[in-house]
Amino acid sequence: MGINQKNGEMGVVTTKLEDLVNWARTGSMWPMLFGLACCAIEMMGAQASNYDLSRFGMELNRASPRQSDLMIVAGRVSRKMAPVVRQLYDQMPDPKWVIAMGDCASCGGVFNNYAVVQGVDEVVPVDVYVAGCPPRPEGLIHGIVTLHEKVKKEKFKDWASK
Amino acid sequence: MNETLQAAVQSLQERFQARLSEFRGEISLLVPPEHNVEAAQALRDEFQFEMLLDETAVDYWPQTEPRFHVVAHMYSFIHNTVIELRFPVDGNAPELRSLVTVYPNANWKEREIWDLFGIRFNGHPDLRRIVMPYEWEGHPLRKDYPLGYEEVQFSFNKEQVDRHKRYGKR
Repeated sequence: MGINQKNGEMGVVTTKLEDLVNWARTGSMWPMLFGLACCAIEMMGAQASNYDLSRFGMELNRASPRQSDLMIVAGRVSRKMAPVVRQLYDQMPDPKWVIAMGDCASCGGVFNNYAVVQGVDEVVPVDVYVAGCPPRPEGLIHGIVTLHEKVKKEKFKDWASK
Repeated sequence: MNETLQAAVQSLQERFQARLSEFRGEISLLVPPEHNVEAAQALRDEFQFEMLLDETAVDYWPQTEPRFHVVAHMYSFIHNTVIELRFPVDGNAPELRSLVTVYPNANWKEREIWDLFGIRFNGHPDLRRIVMPYEWEGHPLRKDYPLGYEEVQFSFNKEQVDRHKRYGKR
């Protein structure tokens, strides 16, 4: 583009609707402000200035599920919390994605007992699992970028189910 | 043991047949469970133990009979002393009178004991579960309660475990 961009003669860009929509979705994903345990501290660290999650279009976390499309389950989910997590998921508008952050949310982690759900995928459908106890902010960012790659590959025929 | 504590211990021993045990200066009295409210009342009104620090329970199954001890710690601000009362409770449909009439903050603590140990408190105003979900079955801190181990998924048994694992749907 170069000189054309400066004088405003952008010309015409042709692209596929799929690519355009998926690009828009990945570029402005709004995560839900929702932490369950120590992983939430790393999630905050990922959003703070050192790691700066807004580089990937995640400028702000919404404190309401009605306004968010990405749920980061950060921490272990107890059996008593599981219905709450599910309800928050149901309240999010489509399209929506879930990241299970850390070992506890992915598979129960060290808490293999009666009180903790063995993986949040028993309650909500998970798109990306992030390993680590807790994962470092780089790990979470890698998980989010992986989710972006996944969203970019979504097809038009799958949107109806989204 | 200071003088206040000495007097309190002596009084409880005479009135309620309490048994004394001492460990590194910590006083513990084993009181028969039918006298628990009277003993707490006496400590609060006569010996200025105004505060219930903690009320909890211990499961000594299978070594000891009776199985449960309900433990209460009282604190006196004026004398700066702590005293511990223990009420042994039988494991078969365990029940006890509630201390809420004497110490109102026993409310939630007794709910927690009911939730996790299954010890009923008669006269409690609102005996519901407090930690576990309301529809939960069993009392998890009992020693004979199963820990609830779930099989860990490795690469060699991935499919096998996958078959009976539930997955959340959209």
